[in-house]
Amino acid sequence: MTLMTLKLAPKLRGGTSLWIGGGLVALAVFVAVAAPLIARTDPVMDANLMNAEIPPGWEFPFGTDAQGRDIYSRIVYGARISLTVGVGSQILNSLIGVSLGLTAGYWGGWWDDIVTGLTNLMLAIPSLIFALAIMAILGPGLTSLLAALGLTAWSYSCRIARAQVLSLKSQGYIQAARILGYGDLRIMFTQVLPNILGPLIVIATLGMGTAILSEAALSFLGLGIRPPFPSWGSMLSEARDQINTVPWLSIFPGVAIFLTVLGLNLLGDGLRDILDPQSTTRR
Amino acid sequence: MILVLARRLANVVPTLVAVIALVFLLFSVLPGSFISGMGEDGRTTIDPAVMERMRKEMGLDDPLPERFAKYIAHTAVGDLGKSFRTREPVTTLIGQRIWPSLKLMFAAMAFAIAVGVTLGFLAALRPGSPIDTVSMVAAISGLSLSQFWFGLMLMYLFALTLHWLPSFGYGDGGIRHLILPAIALGVGPMALLARTTRAAVLDVLNADFVRTARSKGMSERRVVEWHVLRNALVLVITIIGLQFGSLMGQAVVVEKLFAWPGVGSLLIDSVFQRDMPAVQGCILLIVVFFLAINTLVDIAYVAIDPRIRYGR
Amino acid sequence: MSTDPLLEVDGLRIALTSGGTTYNAAEDVSFEIGRGEAFGLVGESGCGKSITALAVMGLLKRPLSLAGGRIVLDGEEIQKASPARMRELRGSRIGMIFQEPMTALNPLSPVGRQIAEMFVLHQKAGWSEAMDRAEEALRQVRVPSPARRIKDYPHQLSGGMRQRVMIAIALACSPELLIADEPTTALDVTVQAEIIDLMAELCAAKGTAILMISHDLGLVANMCRRVAVMYAGRIVEAQPAEAIFATPQHPYTQGLVNSLPRLGERSRRGQQKLREIAGVVPSIQAYPSGCRFNPRCPRATEVCLTTPPAITPLPAANSAEALVRCHHHG
Repeated sequence: MTLMTLKLAPKLRGGTSLWIGGGLVALAVFVAVAAPLIARTDPVMDANLMNAEIPPGWEFPFGTDAQGRDIYSRIVYGARISLTVGVGSQILNSLIGVSLGLTAGYWGGWWDDIVTGLTNLMLAIPSLIFALAIMAILGPGLTSLLAALGLTAWSYSCRIARAQVLSLKSQGYIQAARILGYGDLRIMFTQVLPNILGPLIVIATLGMGTAILSEAALSFLGLGIRPPFPSWGSMLSEARDQINTVPWLSIFPGVAIFLTVLGLNLLGDGLRDILDPQSTTRR
Repeated sequence: MILVLARRLANVVPTLVAVIALVFLLFSVLPGSFISGMGEDGRTTIDPAVMERMRKEMGLDDPLPERFAKYIAHTAVGDLGKSFRTREPVTTLIGQRIWPSLKLMFAAMAFAIAVGVTLGFLAALRPGSPIDTVSMVAAISGLSLSQFWFGLMLMYLFALTLHWLPSFGYGDGGIRHLILPAIALGVGPMALLARTTRAAVLDVLNADFVRTARSKGMSERRVVEWHVLRNALVLVITIIGLQFGSLMGQAVVVEKLFAWPGVGSLLIDSVFQRDMPAVQGCILLIVVFFLAINTLVDIAYVAIDPRIRYGR
Repeated sequence: MSTDPLLEVDGLRIALTSGGTTYNAAEDVSFEIGRGEAFGLVGESGCGKSITALAVMGLLKRPLSLAGGRIVLDGEEIQKASPARMRELRGSRIGMIFQEPMTALNPLSPVGRQIAEMFVLHQKAGWSEAMDRAEEALRQVRVPSPARRIKDYPHQLSGGMRQRVMIAIALACSPELLIADEPTTALDVTVQAEIIDLMAELCAAKGTAILMISHDLGLVANMCRRVAVMYAGRIVEAQPAEAIFATPQHPYTQGLVNSLPRLGERSRRGQQKLREIAGVVPSIQAYPSGCRFNPRCPRATEVCLTTPPAITPLPAANSAEALVRCHHHG
């Protein structure tokens, strides 16, 4: 088509969201890493009933809770939990998804059938409900959260890995590599994996946002991180009953979640425009 | 047409069986099992004698394949067991909760469609305009919000501060109690719909057949009415269906927040009361609902898109 | 009947704006088409022929825009016309057929309705009357059992049938000009000839002029009385069809003619040694200065590298009939 050759890809669209998103994520990472340096008090131990329920002000920028703990410090430490859950669960998901997808596409046969069936099964269950069931069985805690969120969302990366193998197969690349004497694993990791790194990064970035939201939801329900540990979700869970009297308890953890997830979503969108222009990762 | 439908249905059955098996296995085989596992966090300890009785009653000591066969047989005829707590059949418990749940979901989806599809359309018809920017900022914000936090903020603003609406509960089941939970639940699907509608409409607007329509001398409005709407709708309806299917699961948090007497809050309450049959039943219902809606979406697709209707 | 041409394109310039820079996707494009005349515009992908057609239709879309020149249809300068006026003209006085019959029809709408729209839009017909006339239009383009076919969806028709539907749409309101943009490129070779014949026959019967756009010089020369060759956004040569084969003047046209198998045996390429034109078409960002064909031209000299040649009449010929844009002529 004559017009197609004239289409010059405008690279501008990814720009703004990439920078805003990257900035917000960088801020969240900085806060999590430097938590002991920038927190003013210990998030769990430094309760002081003399300071209970002080509204946001000079001394306590985000106010204090019923036990007199500094909300700002608790949010700073909460970033560690959120990011740990986000990063940890996505590493797990990517590892599982990529290994299953690569091997299923590569070897085919009954193994492929099993993996495809599993993928469909995972997609057939709403992810929050799946995570909730696992949390109900394993009980609250960080490890359970990583399992619940890291074992249930690998279908996206699995599909992409499998599709990429099949497409390279049909183009004869894999056979060519085999003729050159490459081993199966070497082909998978040197020939296939680099081709899907872009989409995988996009999926993981967006997945982190989802995982952080799920963690907050589960903690809010009392199934995730439990008080007194300062997860943003568990802080909201505690704050809920006091919303009428101590509203700032509810506001700041929610803003922290919002900004972090917004950052990840914007970053993911921006990265997609660069790394995955054909948008295999749009969900 | 019938053949296509039959094929779609045939695809669902194995998934359905697999899901039932998974729900069964999750609660029966994993280390510790649900009953004892929940005891370990030290909040409530169950009298060992009671636990023993429960295990017996549930047949939890029978061999696994036997229990599975029984579970499948019972589930197949709609028997989800009896609640540990109230001794009522789980189906009765769920039956009382399902109407409030559906009401909340329909209200949330109505909000999501009304706002999301409209925003997406307006944005796509004027790409790069202020309304486009505003809708897309709203959409990405909606996707980044924690539903329960958003609900909490709505509650604080409209119920506790302005006193316009009740803050929680089902009340008389009227619309006033429904508004805040519906918005809190609908904001995610709304955001997603805004984005996908925009993408779908833009996609169609760039299609060759829209250029053909323009070459016929149609006004932009006619082009949209005659050729863009229906094509964009195919995609939008898919998203609406998929969102609706997953809404019962998403509603868990919002129902809990607003003390809404739906399936979601039954699930959470049952988790904390270690009422395993009720938990299994709720999860099964949510998953089956999700599957059923997805299948319906497939079927709707067949009705809308002639390419599929004629079995291509 | 007036002796003025039906369509006059004069000094057309189409701008492509990308990343703040403006390129000329087509410039100094001038030609005339008489009433009922078949005129061919030939060139490779990206030479600007399709966007010239879209400009005539008033359908240029961002990043393309009309930057200069006049388009005169039957005495009316339509480049100045209001959007509403253009909508009246499109469909009723200018019809257009596109390359991809697969995607040019709405997949979710029965083909009968897509034809009937023309009568509803331009002739204030009601839907049931319009559907009857759509059936008649299908019969005219020789689609078998039209009464049944009007209810079919595009995917139920073959490529050739779909293109017949496109022709029926384009000719529904008996326009004075039919623009056909690569109408047969996507079709099987055997179907191509049928479609071309059908177009030629219907247009002759209705007195419709044709602007035929193609990369296929042989096809265009068969069908059209006059042919213009475009290269890199400019018309480089215009001659009557027979003359362009017998005495191609521009080195690019000569290359095109030499790269064709004998006329009428286009499908049997490769059986004889064909000469191809060396080099590749420059991209729009990298048009060479001077004559744009100079990197590939066997006759390029100093002046070709620096000065863009003007289009001039061939000394021997009647002025409007034969033009060439080459320093080595005129």
